[in-house]
Amino acid sequence: MFENIRDIIKERINPLFSREIGKLSAINRKYAKPSIKITRGVSIVLFLLRLYLIFLVILLAYKFFTLIQR
Amino acid sequence: MNFLSQLYFKFRRMSKAVQLFLLLAGPGLIVMIADNDAGGITTYAATGAKYGYDLIWFLVLLLPVAYFVQEMTVRLGAITKHGHAEAIFSAFGPFWGWFSLIDLSVVNWLTLVTEFIGMTAALSIFHIPPILTLVVVIIIMSIIFLVGRYWTWEKITMAFCALNLVYIPAAFLVHPQVSDILNGFIPSLPGGFNNQLFFFLMANIGTTIAPWMIFFQQSAVVDKGTKKSEIIWGKADTFFGALFTVVVAIFIVIVTGTVLKGMDIESAAQAAQVLMTIHPAVGTLLAIGLFDAGFLGAICISLASSWAFGEVFGWAHSLNNRIREAPWFYIFYFLMIITAGMVLLIPGAPLVIITLFVQVIAVTLLPATLVFLIILLNNKEIMGEYTNTPLQNFVSYTIVTVIILLSTLYSLSAIFPNFFK
Repeated sequence: MFENIRDIIKERINPLFSREIGKLSAINRKYAKPSIKITRGVSIVLFLLRLYLIFLVILLAYKFFTLIQR
Repeated sequence: MNFLSQLYFKFRRMSKAVQLFLLLAGPGLIVMIADNDAGGITTYAATGAKYGYDLIWFLVLLLPVAYFVQEMTVRLGAITKHGHAEAIFSAFGPFWGWFSLIDLSVVNWLTLVTEFIGMTAALSIFHIPPILTLVVVIIIMSIIFLVGRYWTWEKITMAFCALNLVYIPAAFLVHPQVSDILNGFIPSLPGGFNNQLFFFLMANIGTTIAPWMIFFQQSAVVDKGTKKSEIIWGKADTFFGALFTVVVAIFIVIVTGTVLKGMDIESAAQAAQVLMTIHPAVGTLLAIGLFDAGFLGAICISLASSWAFGEVFGWAHSLNNRIREAPWFYIFYFLMIITAGMVLLIPGAPLVIITLFVQVIAVTLLPATLVFLIILLNNKEIMGEYTNTPLQNFVSYTIVTVIILLSTLYSLSAIFPNFFK
């Protein structure tokens, strides 16, 4: 019975997951080049968004660790 | 006779327009009403209990805020035929795409947990154990999802939206003074502008626009198959949804502002419990409304994530597909709702921390989502004649700036509770 289950995992479920994981790199390739023209204004906005995110992630990490330490 | 025939003709034309609207309406109404989720109901209940009717004018201001942001998703979805997740990947590349997708799924899952908290708390007022609530809710959500087609799902969900109206009879039952309510429409800052008032204003803004709403409505517009020529109906749908949501919010404020004025309310379930002792019928309606709010939120939020993943991974991702045709889409949906529901069954699960973090993590995604939306709506190559006009840009820039600023401050106040005290 266990061999059957192992076979099912090996033959059906493993390829299913590896196919989905393989899709990640396919997605990265598909969208590698932004389809809109990244003007100076857009790149400044994207840069500011990254700074904003870094700021929030630092705050979240700080809060998370202070909560754990309690 | 001529007058009567003209009247009949006008009536027929109106009734046909209403029928057409009901056929094409859906995503806007659903997303806006689901926006009044368990967290939203808590915010409005707490606002009414704290300030009575004094902040009703502020709720009215939320109508254009919600409308102008969500209306952009209708145009973008109808023109590009892509959901928001796919649009971000395509326009801004994998970094922003993955960031949006992963952040969306995390924040949606956490929000889903809070919706389940709201639903179980609401039904515990009627002595229904949480486990039973969870099982029944998951079964009903699954049935609604599996009924077959987008159209059926949409109309069943709209029936649940109608249940949101329970706050209206509840407000009549508490016999408020109409003149006092009307005074609430005149802008005023009760007690002057102080940190506490600012906190409440931020909370109300924060609950008006959430990242999942943008992803949900754009995907729903695509799944519904809205055409360019139907954008006007999509806009009307969004407007009536925003109007509905503000009306419901006002009636919640009227209920708690009449009966619980001066009380510090921490959750809508607590408000319902207190109301059960003062006015059982109103408490019951509030609890039903809270359950319905959590239920609608859960339906839409889990679907928003499934759509987003389906779009990016290229899975079949329409409610028109059967399970066999779109297995991953359905697996993802069921995984979301079952795992979120199970969190509540874990003894000592950090529910307070989850509720706290959901506000903050949502704010990591909201600015990016709104900024991407505006950039895409200003791209002539994508939008053509449906590009934002200068007036639309002025309004949307203003709204987005205010939302980003206030929601950031709101999340700061969640991380550091003494920030505004």
